[in-house]
Amino acid sequence: MLEIRDLHASVEGQAILNGVDLSVGPGEVHAVMGPNGSGKSTLSYVLSGREGYAVDRGEVLYDGRDLLELEPEERAAAGLFLAFQYPVEIPGVGTMTFLRTALNALRRGRGENELDAMQFLRVVRQKARALGIGDDMLKRALNVGFSGGEKKRNEMLQLAILEPRLAILDETDSGLDIDALKVVAEGVNALRSPDRAMLIITHYQRLLDHIVPDRVHVLAKGRILRSGGSELALELEEKGYGEIMGEAA
Amino acid sequence: MSRVAAETVEQVRSLGDRYKYGFVTDIESEQAPKGLNEDIVRFISAIKDEPEWLLEWRLEAFRHWQTMTEPNWAKLGIPMIDYQDAYYYSAPKQKEGPKSLDEVDPELLATYDKLGIPLREQEMLAGVAVDAVFDSVSVATTFKAKLEEHGVIFCPISEAVQNHPELVRKYLGSVVPYTDNFFATLNSAVFTDGSFVFVPKGVRCPMELSTYFRINAANTGQFERTLIIAEDSSYVSYLEGCTAPMRDEHQLHAAVVELVALDDAEIKYSTVQNWYPGDENGVGGIFNFVTKRGACIGARSKISWTQVETGSAITWKYPSCMLHGADSVGEFYSIAITNNYQQADTGTKMVHMGPRSRSRVISKGISAGRASNAYRGLVKMLPGAASARNYTQCDSLLIGSKCGAHTFPYIESQNRSARVEHEATTSKIDDDQLFYCRQRGIGEEEAVSLIVNGFCREVLQQLPMEFAVEAQKLVGISLEGSVG
Ligand SMILES: Nc1ncnc2c1ncn2[C@@H]1O[C@H](COP(=O)(O)OP(=O)(O)OP(=O)(O)O)[C@@H](O)[C@H]1O
Ligand SMILES: [Mg+2]
Repeated sequence: MLEIRDLHASVEGQAILNGVDLSVGPGEVHAVMGPNGSGKSTLSYVLSGREGYAVDRGEVLYDGRDLLELEPEERAAAGLFLAFQYPVEIPGVGTMTFLRTALNALRRGRGENELDAMQFLRVVRQKARALGIGDDMLKRALNVGFSGGEKKRNEMLQLAILEPRLAILDETDSGLDIDALKVVAEGVNALRSPDRAMLIITHYQRLLDHIVPDRVHVLAKGRILRSGGSELALELEEKGYGEIMGEAA
Repeated sequence: MSRVAAETVEQVRSLGDRYKYGFVTDIESEQAPKGLNEDIVRFISAIKDEPEWLLEWRLEAFRHWQTMTEPNWAKLGIPMIDYQDAYYYSAPKQKEGPKSLDEVDPELLATYDKLGIPLREQEMLAGVAVDAVFDSVSVATTFKAKLEEHGVIFCPISEAVQNHPELVRKYLGSVVPYTDNFFATLNSAVFTDGSFVFVPKGVRCPMELSTYFRINAANTGQFERTLIIAEDSSYVSYLEGCTAPMRDEHQLHAAVVELVALDDAEIKYSTVQNWYPGDENGVGGIFNFVTKRGACIGARSKISWTQVETGSAITWKYPSCMLHGADSVGEFYSIAITNNYQQADTGTKMVHMGPRSRSRVISKGISAGRASNAYRGLVKMLPGAASARNYTQCDSLLIGSKCGAHTFPYIESQNRSARVEHEATTSKIDDDQLFYCRQRGIGEEEAVSLIVNGFCREVLQQLPMEFAVEAQKLVGISLEGSVG
């Protein structure tokens, strides 16, 4: 489903990704771990098409198509979703309005009917409840004044509503209390399905206790330095990245 | 929840063309000869069968105007205007003034339909009465009878001159004297039509009143004059909308609006201004030079201006409040959007005279393309304004790097117990916000429209519900082509 081959990318002339290879099949959940500043968020931005991230070499295939030539909104329409490490605030734009605009844009792209306000309200209410999000939060401007945890939950709500085929979660577990972490994990597990793939960027084993990944990768120095099964996360928790980084040096 | 915002963006998409009001109605019209002199002033007065005092007033204004020069203090590049090269009166030909809607030329009704303003009462937005001004004259006023039941007078000002001369004579020029400024003086000499509203003591006007201004004829200036009087403890909400055909030459629109609020009265005046802005190279477009002023004469009276200014090549207007009354309240909520080569210099004057008078100014300026957008605001606390307060907040949003935003706040205080607060911000449309929207599947133009509508929300919320959707659409349309 997602094929990343020898991906090199730079920001403002500075090389950050130095040959990433990664392959994710439909229905699979992969975890990406790695030290701060190793390029995890950069990878997520390159995949979602953010401006300012230059691809210097390599290719990315999504369902066999060249992902990198698509505009960000076209990638979204093709089913790619990024839960941001730092969700953005948009003053004056109600969360509900934003969600509906996004969902209808995607539905239009897929040739489906747009939902009217009432139909949409039903969809949102149900999904929001499952994530412990109340009506008052939906009425507020998007992410404005939300606590760190509320922002992350709001990303999860968008994930649940937009139902992407490839979801990248960039540290969605950071800043969550223990209960919220469980809610998020349950949300992710509920979305697991044979035709949906997920790339979960995280620093913590505790999330992977709840979401058992098919594969775990270590991204460091702009490359995947080690890959393994879910037991790799446990090993990292114990030993840190030192050994892997040492091997690469 | 603002469900309109999402609908708006959907509608914006379906609208396609940038300026959809640019068509011309092919209708026979009657015009005064080109140019401006005393004879033209007499012609206008005569064709309207005006009383002697009004002709005299016009002539005094005209003579005064000849001694004046155009103001040049605004941050605008105004090309030379040849005042002799325009028509000052143009009216669609119809037998007499129409007595009822059935007598209105079907071509005109069709024009307003096309503009989205059906004039047949049964098809109208429930609860909105409309006065339709086409070039120099009012062609139709709806719901007159229903309003009369409540004692509310809503009619073309030329009709008010005939039927309620005592009211017109008492209040015309009482807020904006004919000597006020170059464009107001010109208007006083040659004003042709506009709306008149009178709400008697204790009456809450049962519906929204609105005037729809349309410039159709070429080379014609529109000089409308609006006068609204709210007697003690009355309330009225009034909205004006404006459009014009696309033409290569500039056209002048110099209106005067006067509002009078007596004790405990409230007037809410909203404008959605969408005159033709000129094309993307700056050719053509309306010069919108307008004087709007309200007098809060009475104690606890309130005047609230809300404007959404998206059209015109050049906009020069400062809706103001003269806060005479004790505890009177003035408000100014503004959205001014300029794109391509549009220029706007707009803002307000809040003149506090009454004790404990309060004013609130919220201005949102958005510029894109090569446009320039200036906020100019005066807050004046006169000696009588004990414990008066003003709060001003001015936010500018820039889209792209070739446009400009400027803020010119003037504060004069002659009373030490008065308080004036001013806040200003300038920001660029944020790349992070744009990317966030696009990642969710929202295309770039729709994202800009969404973000800008969010930026303007405080002001959009002030509009009567019936017009909020229209205004949100306009925000999106007027910024089309500003990104990417
Ligand atoms: N705009 C930029 N200009 C210069 N350097 C940048 C820019 N954006 C990111 N970088 C650098 O790229 C590197 C990778 O950053 P990235 O955000 O991808 O790391 P990360 O793995 O997500 O880290 P964390 O675990 O802390 O979130 C860092 O050294 C960062 O400073
Ligand atoms: Mg990161």
